[in-house]
Amino acid sequence: MRVSKWVALITVILFSMSIIAGCGGGSGGTTPAGGEEIRIGLIAPLTGDVKTFGESVKNAFEMAMEEVDYKVGDFTIKVFIEDDRNMATEAVNVADKLITQNKVSAIVGSVTSSSTIPISEVAQANSVVLITPTATNPKVTVDAARKDFVFRACFIDPFQGTVAARFALTELNAKTAAVLYDQGNDYTIGLKDFFKESFVAGGGQMLAEEAYTKNDTDFSAVLTRIAQQKPDVLFLPDYYQKASLIGKQARDKGITATFVGGDGWDSPELDFVAMDGGYHTNHYSADDPRPEVQEWVAKYTAKHGQTPDALGTLAYDATKLLLKAIEDAGSTDPAAIRDAMKALNGFGVVSGSITFDENGNPIKSAAILQIKDGTQKFITIVNP
Amino acid sequence: MDYFMEQVINGLQLGLVYALIALGYTMVYGIVKLINFAHGDVFMVGAFIGYFGFSSWGLPWPLAILVSALCCACLGMLIERIAYRPLRYATRIVALISAIGVSFFLEYFCSLKFMFGPNYRVVQRPFDEVYWSIGGVTISNIQVLIFCTAVCMLVGLQYLVMRTKMGAAMRTVSFDHDTARLMGVNVDRTISFTFGIGAALAAVGGVLYAIAYPQIWTFMGIMPGLKAFTAAVLGGIGLIPGAMLGALIMGQAEVMTAAFISSQLRDAIAFSILILVLLVRPCGILGKTQPEKV
Amino acid sequence: MGVKDGKRILIYIVGVILVYAVIKMLAVTGVFNPYWQRILDQAMIMTIGALGLSIIFGISGQFSIGHAAFFGIGAYSAGLVTKSLGGDIFTFLLALAVGTFMAGLVAFLIGLPVLRLTSDYLGIATLGFGIIMKVGFDNANKVIPEMGGATGMTGIPQVANFEWIFLFCIISIILARNFVQSGHGRACMALREDEVAANVVGINIFRYKVLAFVFGCSLAGLAGALYAHRYPFLHPTNFDFLPSIDFLIIVVLGGMGSLTGTIVTAIAWVFLLEGLRAILGTTFLEWRGVIYALILISVILIRRQGLFGNKEYGFLAPVVRRKEARNVTTES
Repeated sequence: MRVSKWVALITVILFSMSIIAGCGGGSGGTTPAGGEEIRIGLIAPLTGDVKTFGESVKNAFEMAMEEVDYKVGDFTIKVFIEDDRNMATEAVNVADKLITQNKVSAIVGSVTSSSTIPISEVAQANSVVLITPTATNPKVTVDAARKDFVFRACFIDPFQGTVAARFALTELNAKTAAVLYDQGNDYTIGLKDFFKESFVAGGGQMLAEEAYTKNDTDFSAVLTRIAQQKPDVLFLPDYYQKASLIGKQARDKGITATFVGGDGWDSPELDFVAMDGGYHTNHYSADDPRPEVQEWVAKYTAKHGQTPDALGTLAYDATKLLLKAIEDAGSTDPAAIRDAMKALNGFGVVSGSITFDENGNPIKSAAILQIKDGTQKFITIVNP
Repeated sequence: MDYFMEQVINGLQLGLVYALIALGYTMVYGIVKLINFAHGDVFMVGAFIGYFGFSSWGLPWPLAILVSALCCACLGMLIERIAYRPLRYATRIVALISAIGVSFFLEYFCSLKFMFGPNYRVVQRPFDEVYWSIGGVTISNIQVLIFCTAVCMLVGLQYLVMRTKMGAAMRTVSFDHDTARLMGVNVDRTISFTFGIGAALAAVGGVLYAIAYPQIWTFMGIMPGLKAFTAAVLGGIGLIPGAMLGALIMGQAEVMTAAFISSQLRDAIAFSILILVLLVRPCGILGKTQPEKV
Repeated sequence: MGVKDGKRILIYIVGVILVYAVIKMLAVTGVFNPYWQRILDQAMIMTIGALGLSIIFGISGQFSIGHAAFFGIGAYSAGLVTKSLGGDIFTFLLALAVGTFMAGLVAFLIGLPVLRLTSDYLGIATLGFGIIMKVGFDNANKVIPEMGGATGMTGIPQVANFEWIFLFCIISIILARNFVQSGHGRACMALREDEVAANVVGINIFRYKVLAFVFGCSLAGLAGALYAHRYPFLHPTNFDFLPSIDFLIIVVLGGMGSLTGTIVTAIAWVFLLEGLRAILGTTFLEWRGVIYALILISVILIRRQGLFGNKEYGFLAPVVRRKEARNVTTES
């Protein structure tokens, strides 16, 4: 008989849960006095192994919202924040939740391409605007056809990979290069592929392409091999934490090559000692005198005690772009917001003046920064 | 040839790092027959405490290791008391699920902001690296430190289990709890002690790991824990020398695959070797061939 | 017997139709919005996969921690079929068949050598297989570009609706139940309890191990095939080591050897993870993992034999109950 009690208990718990959740969706009609309401969702990995990326994105999203005091145009903003645990399955679930239960008009998110691609499918199918701060995979906005409700705030891989390769060839006079990439992460694979393509096309030679997996911490085997080949440039297209670890071990192994990387390096938590002398592409330079940049860096530093990383900056930009589009559209209708988004022309945000191309990618220039004496030094700017 | 030797050294370092974790894993398994899934996460906690010890609290690093080992020994005993002792006479798989629960708890709880936080932290090594060039291969003081620690652990554990009174109690408990009790062994205390030692070893491994691969974060324990357990099984789980041997083979297999075959297939080939070895020696390399009672 | 059996079956059929009707009604009236419908679909897909592991581990006692790899094989191979041939009903059914078959085939090939191992050694070997498959999925685009490798696979027609998943969930439950109650199922239970004794009474233990393994993995393949047509994106991390652990947790929490337990726990597990979102709200969102872990530990401490022990209820209960049937727990 005890078992049937358990069954009853579970059933009761389950039902009460769904009822609570169901009511949460149903009772959303309370409009505050300040006019109409617009609902915006944020999806980020707030638990699990890339929680730290999700935190950056959430902080920046909230800062952008606080800046406008949760008001845009005539609307008050209602924010829904959800966690995808960096899993494709959960990402689809929460996208469905935000759209069908919370009835959002637009979503900001998610961080990695592997959870953003499924979200983009759901958003497109339900005609809800999605802007991803950091998912670089081209498939996010265009797969078999252009997903016209989907936009992004970051570079796509081809641009950054090409810029890095050209910089290595012309400015660093590199003849040979080696690359280490995470074979389970499409961000690093994308950068690696396009770096290689441009580097070889420009007359350079790729000496080594070595893979690792996301949980690896020992790179000694491949680094020993690369140390023998003595490349001019070691391309490390991963986020700051992995790049730092590899850079440190590469120097330990006596590799003298110049390190080159992508926007993933942009973080106060990069190992500035190990990566000293390395170059990376980025969305902006903190030295840039434009007011958007200075204000953002100052505000973020004041609030969180350190300079923002690339993920935070892009999330801030993505939110700003979305708010501007909502303001222009003057409507909660996703189709109108989408059209306003498409019509944005040179809207100034931290990472430049943004206009979207026909594939929902921002047309913006890349800055090249050097890691020098514990800071990032601005080197040059590259236009698309 | 130098290149080959260099890779052998690399493999040795990786293998010894696995051994640091695998020794504690296998000892606990040997005594209580539990796959202590949370071992990798105790290892993570150890790395963090050690890191705070020598970077924030300004302790000299050997003292930091000691503090970390003590804290983790307490943590290990606490985990045993709360999550494993009530399940001691349940089936082993149930205790494994409890261990998985503890592992998730440590990972998620430690990544909350008021604990260690979700960030990746760069570890500034508490001492400078020194390199010696011996016959064309370079050896660092960190590698020597890891080597010495692993050997000391191996010898110490073997001595503890085989030569001391506590070790005799542990071996008795591993045969049969009731008989052990009849022989005057305090079973609860012995098992508690076993977990304490296992966790302390994990902590020492964690701090050295953080010094060797200078970055720590709250999910760092999963993969080394898994690899170390695999290594322990490969050598014959429950056997202390087996864990060492299995770890060294795992290290060499991974490094040699990456160095000479393909870095893409590294894990695939390492685990294929594991499966092949198991098919030839179904109870691990040093394991007794008689099949285990299921 | 005949009349009574007929009546029982009629009751079950009516029951299934009732469940279907209630869910449909909830969906139509809007109580069950598309989000909860998707969660329900996910729960049923997990149920099918978990039933597979329940047969391998719960019923036959073969420790497997690579179950998600077979789920992935089913998902990818079924996805390839509909992606290249289109998404009408016949290709969809063909894809499900292919997914199920491929998972079963791989299970057979890998099971033949690996199932000679026992206990934790078998667990590690299946874990190793899971990691090998993950590397395989990551690099699959070098052989079959459609599979996308680490960039993931998109473009699979999303044709699996609630009706299909419900239908296959019911079919899987019936298949699993009939398997367990057949002579084969009895043989599998016998080898779980004691291999030597089972061998002595004339059961070809290796044959039954392979049979249970292939059957269980085929169910995982079917679940994967359905997943591929309900969730628009396949990525190797979905079929990694941690999802395998999820299946293991479900089977043990439900009670080893209880199909009822597996089914209820699979559904409860999915709803728990999603329900925690609603309960914790935005402020405590990051506590989700912690609370989940605590629930896991406390449930296993309170009900060490699993929620259902090894008991079966309703349709899944053995038709003939012997009086002296006692509560046998597995020991290893």
